[in-house]
Amino acid sequence: MCRIGAIKSKKYVYPSMALKLMRSQQEGHDDSGFAFVMQDLGGIFESYKDLPCLSMAATVKGTRLAEDILHDIGFTRVLQWSPDVNNQKGLKISPMPNYIFEVLQYPKSHKYATKEEKEELLIDTSLRLRKALEEDNEGFIYSFWPDILTLKEIGSPKDIGTYFGLWEDKDEPCAKIITAQCRQNTNYDIVRYAAHPFVLEGYTVLVNGENTFYEKNKQYQQGLYKGYVGFESDSQCFLYTLHYVNKILKWPLRYFMHVINPLSYDSINKREDKNILLRIKASLEHLETNGPNTVLSVTPDGRLLCTCDSKKLRPVVIGRDDNTVIMTSEVAGVNDLLPHRDIRQDIYPKEREMVVVNNDLTVERWQQ
Amino acid sequence: MAAVTVNELHIDDLPWIIEYDESKCIQCGKCVAACAFNAIKPAIEQRKKSGSITEKNKFEKVIVIKQNVSFAEHCRGCGMCVRVCPNGAIHVKRNTDDRYSVRYRAAKADSVKKGGRSNLNTEGRTLDKIKVGRISQMTDPSLDAVRHTFELKTPFGRVLSADKLGFEIKNDTIIETKKLPPNNWIYPIIMGDMSIGAVSWRMWEAMAIATAYLNEVMGIPVRMCTGEGGIPSKLLKSKYVKYMILQIASGHFGWNRIIDAMPDMTEDPAGILIKIGQGAKPGDGGMLMANKVAKYIQEIRGVPKADLLSPPTHQGLYSIEESVQKMFLSMNAAFNFKVPVAIKVAASATSVSVYNNLLRDPYNIVGGFFLDGLAAGTGAAHEISLNHTGHPITSKLRDCYLAAVHQGRQGEIPIFAGGGLGQTGSFAADAFKLICLGANGVFSGRLLLEIAGCVGNDTERCNACNTGLCPAGIASQDVCLTKRLDIDKVAQNLVNYFIATDFELRKLMAATGCSALPIGRSDALITVDKNVADRLDIQYVC
Repeated sequence: MCRIGAIKSKKYVYPSMALKLMRSQQEGHDDSGFAFVMQDLGGIFESYKDLPCLSMAATVKGTRLAEDILHDIGFTRVLQWSPDVNNQKGLKISPMPNYIFEVLQYPKSHKYATKEEKEELLIDTSLRLRKALEEDNEGFIYSFWPDILTLKEIGSPKDIGTYFGLWEDKDEPCAKIITAQCRQNTNYDIVRYAAHPFVLEGYTVLVNGENTFYEKNKQYQQGLYKGYVGFESDSQCFLYTLHYVNKILKWPLRYFMHVINPLSYDSINKREDKNILLRIKASLEHLETNGPNTVLSVTPDGRLLCTCDSKKLRPVVIGRDDNTVIMTSEVAGVNDLLPHRDIRQDIYPKEREMVVVNNDLTVERWQQ
Repeated sequence: MAAVTVNELHIDDLPWIIEYDESKCIQCGKCVAACAFNAIKPAIEQRKKSGSITEKNKFEKVIVIKQNVSFAEHCRGCGMCVRVCPNGAIHVKRNTDDRYSVRYRAAKADSVKKGGRSNLNTEGRTLDKIKVGRISQMTDPSLDAVRHTFELKTPFGRVLSADKLGFEIKNDTIIETKKLPPNNWIYPIIMGDMSIGAVSWRMWEAMAIATAYLNEVMGIPVRMCTGEGGIPSKLLKSKYVKYMILQIASGHFGWNRIIDAMPDMTEDPAGILIKIGQGAKPGDGGMLMANKVAKYIQEIRGVPKADLLSPPTHQGLYSIEESVQKMFLSMNAAFNFKVPVAIKVAASATSVSVYNNLLRDPYNIVGGFFLDGLAAGTGAAHEISLNHTGHPITSKLRDCYLAAVHQGRQGEIPIFAGGGLGQTGSFAADAFKLICLGANGVFSGRLLLEIAGCVGNDTERCNACNTGLCPAGIASQDVCLTKRLDIDKVAQNLVNYFIATDFELRKLMAATGCSALPIGRSDALITVDKNVADRLDIQYVC
């Protein structure tokens, strides 16, 4: 079973916090990998929040291939950060030759482009990069979006932390939102792309659970938007549905719940908004996931979400203090990081409940 | 040498032969009275006497039961005589050397007509080669079929993609801005379309009672389709019409009454089904032989007593565009665009084209696609159609669904599949498998007849619905025969069957971890037949 976690803080925090959050839940996962996504970046990235940040792991050839494509499109490098790797013997990790984290300036052709045009360029470029790297298995594009940094690696989370020097709280990388998971052993092949968190255009999703309707989700999503690719894990479907509902359809976040976990006809029929909900239920029938799952998400504007399905067979707890909110699978993780918090304020979401953490760390609870 | 006639119809030409044991017979006459087909008769045989015999009383007369040998009156194997015989003195035996259909054509210069079902069975049942193989274990646990709640409703009506719903956001809430096509949420199993006429009014009434009971008492929102033959005015004007899908076919039978009743209707019907074709006899229109056109049938349909042969096509509708513009629009308009209007077609090599065209209709007014496969039943058909035309439902349903998937439009016109469902006993298993292959729901008519006591089967037993002499009183309008059917008992059996089916459907959903209908969830299915796996795009196992 997966163990997942999300940290949102008023101050910049470090990946070590995510490693510690996951370490105390080690008995619940199989210790087979570590992946994290950082949003609202600090340190040297803080000045470049509007420029796209590329997160990539590749071979030497793959790195060259990617640089050529970026150059060809007209992107220019503004900043590059490479972790100081600690290649000591005995570490359980299968590292890639190169890890690239770089901030790029948009091509001149996009100097006066609208936000939408720039976003279009970013998604097209990431798809092109991904395709090019996939052809000869030369690497992985994890994210290419402003203010987001992603790392996924196979191996022991502790050793991955050591390899990348993440146990030390150095200036880089740091962020106000970090989501993480310590598991690579998915239901499908062990592929770096299959590790949570999944990122698309500023939306991040981690799932503890199953997507019972994976097959039909996948069939429907493949035709919905060009960015819905991969499907290496059934959990990617949650990301694509969140993106579709909130970004493409422009529906408020709470309707995400009505899409992935629609209420029964009989329950809807008693509600004032029954006309809307029944239409959603019918039109997006193929995006229902039918549990059991707990989904943690981050939106492009930095809000943190937690949604629980109708069966509520997956654990989750939300603990907080004045500066930090943590959503994670087991309370042990919160206890380790926020030992002095008021545990009476802890939230154990119920079935069909959505919890939203706003940017000022206020918490909204919404029962479907 | 004895004179032999070889050109006359003989007992050994017939499909069924009566076996009679005179020693057990008490000559009560029940078998003769029970036989709807007049296939047996009392007769006197002259026998040689045993014991002390004089020249004068060498022979004796014995009363026996004999089989009639004629095209009009012969045994259909229904076994009613066996049922009524107190001593087991009579039995029917299948004649494996039957030459009846050759003899009939040679003698009558006419096609053989039958009711019931196809009897060749050359195809085998694909659905029985499919198993539900993705059983939830461990992390994706199976559910409890008894205690868990399951969503067993599906939309009936045109579904628009989310981006075409015309939603707007106000105060962080979605609001509707335009009128959308009607959707009714119904149980995924529909009582198939059999008209008053094809079945007796008692059978039809039993189905209507069962439908109302299932809805009002059991909370199982089953809908019943009327068939092309009208509907009693009282029912039309009652609240129960909301459970009925009114059918219009090429004969438009019964629609005068429906139109007359419209001003007095207090509820909208559940839907309208425009029947273009049916699976048992694709390419043919409806057929109701004159001997079933009783007085009340004449009244409901507004016709004289005659063979009622619906045309094979709707006059004036020669293209999908026309049918959309004329028929669908007028039927939608008739109920003020508040009732879904669906189409029923026979599964055919061309079904995908038809479905695609309907999906792409810019008016979005086709609210359901009923696809009927060749193992379906019929009240009357030419044997040639019944046995030699048609298309199995399973692959065609899958083709249509995948055609929609290819366009990202799955679910926009819900597909309801039928054609011999429940043939091997479990409607729930067939329904579940077809739903996983892409159907929103399923329908069956002939299974309901079997539940009611139909003795026909897929190997030539009875299948005489066309004669109007149904020995079970189901497909007959003969007062004596229909009396055999206990309306309340049939309604009760139908309700019981649906309760059992409802549980069995939940049972399969539970095992696969689905709390909602698994429409298109083909990963739940496996098959040991490689060809079936390849054709349906499901997992091959061995």
